[in-house]
Amino acid sequence: MMTDGLAPQTWLHRVPAGVKLVGLALLSVLLLPVGDWRILAGVLAMIAMVYAGFGRVGIARLKLLRPLLPLLVVVGGVQAASAGWNAGAVVTMRLLAMLLLADLVSMTTTMSALMEVLAPVFRLLRPFGVNPRKMALAVALVLRFVPVLMARWRAREEAWKARTHRRIPPRLVAAFVADILQLADRVAEALDARGFDRSAADHHSSPL
Amino acid sequence: MLAGIILGPRHGALAVLLFLFVVLLGVPLLSGGRGGLGVLFGPSVGFLLGWVPAAFMSGLVMARLRTLPAFPAALVAAITGGIVVEYAFGILGLMAMARMNLQQALVASAVFVPGDLLKALATAFVAEASHRSYPAAIVSRS
Repeated sequence: MMTDGLAPQTWLHRVPAGVKLVGLALLSVLLLPVGDWRILAGVLAMIAMVYAGFGRVGIARLKLLRPLLPLLVVVGGVQAASAGWNAGAVVTMRLLAMLLLADLVSMTTTMSALMEVLAPVFRLLRPFGVNPRKMALAVALVLRFVPVLMARWRAREEAWKARTHRRIPPRLVAAFVADILQLADRVAEALDARGFDRSAADHHSSPL
Repeated sequence: MLAGIILGPRHGALAVLLFLFVVLLGVPLLSGGRGGLGVLFGPSVGFLLGWVPAAFMSGLVMARLRTLPAFPAALVAAITGGIVVEYAFGILGLMAMARMNLQQALVASAVFVPGDLLKALATAFVAEASHRSYPAAIVSRS
């Protein structure tokens, strides 16, 4: 399945999800006013030690940050150019520290634990028209349909590649969109037939 | 861009919101396999949360331009939602998270505009073509 968790159990797995979320929020508030790069370097070193404590899997997690590197460099560079090296280093290190901390929570907390923590929040939102049962159904539908849609796209991609070496054209995407919208409409009808009303049925999620 | 154009303002924004919610729960669906609470603390968080109002705006413009053919209507919708609104939120995010001033944030994000204009064109093409092959595709036009 598509869980994001770390397979081996670590001491952070045993900390309740709510505690981890509150801790993350507190730390983000505490780190915001820090303006000395030496303190932030210490914090980063501590976080790095936690990652290293998880062994090879923990260090492999750090690779996921790579897509963010260019932006971090730009942000740090712009700050360093306009407000001096200290400001650039502080901003970059604080962003990095928060990213790593939040990722620690994500990889040691299961999705169901997070959903459980959020259940009281959904209950509070009920007067505004949020139905916790529908939310759970919607999340489940997204999780189920991501692999389905990916498989359907891959089938089209393979069929194209088997015939030509040219790049995949937008019209292939258009055909795919039309196809998955029909699929979504059929799923919506199936949900209607099972007693979920229409407003629960518009969940063909597309990242565009 | 596509979510708002196809589903309309309300459902488009809700679909994107649901997608973001699942991403925050830790499912690695963003480009590069990212996901989880970490994305909330990155410098690009504004661009991410901006998807919701951007989808809403795209849907709104698309519904307003019902008299225009699908392609130009979708192009205008994709640019106002996916670029104007999206960058407004993204730039606010950069200013807050990376402590940039308005000018710095504008410069830092201007690099991505040409690529996003191409994406808007592709979006308009996809919207128009899928509408042609499945007329119910664009909710505001079916």
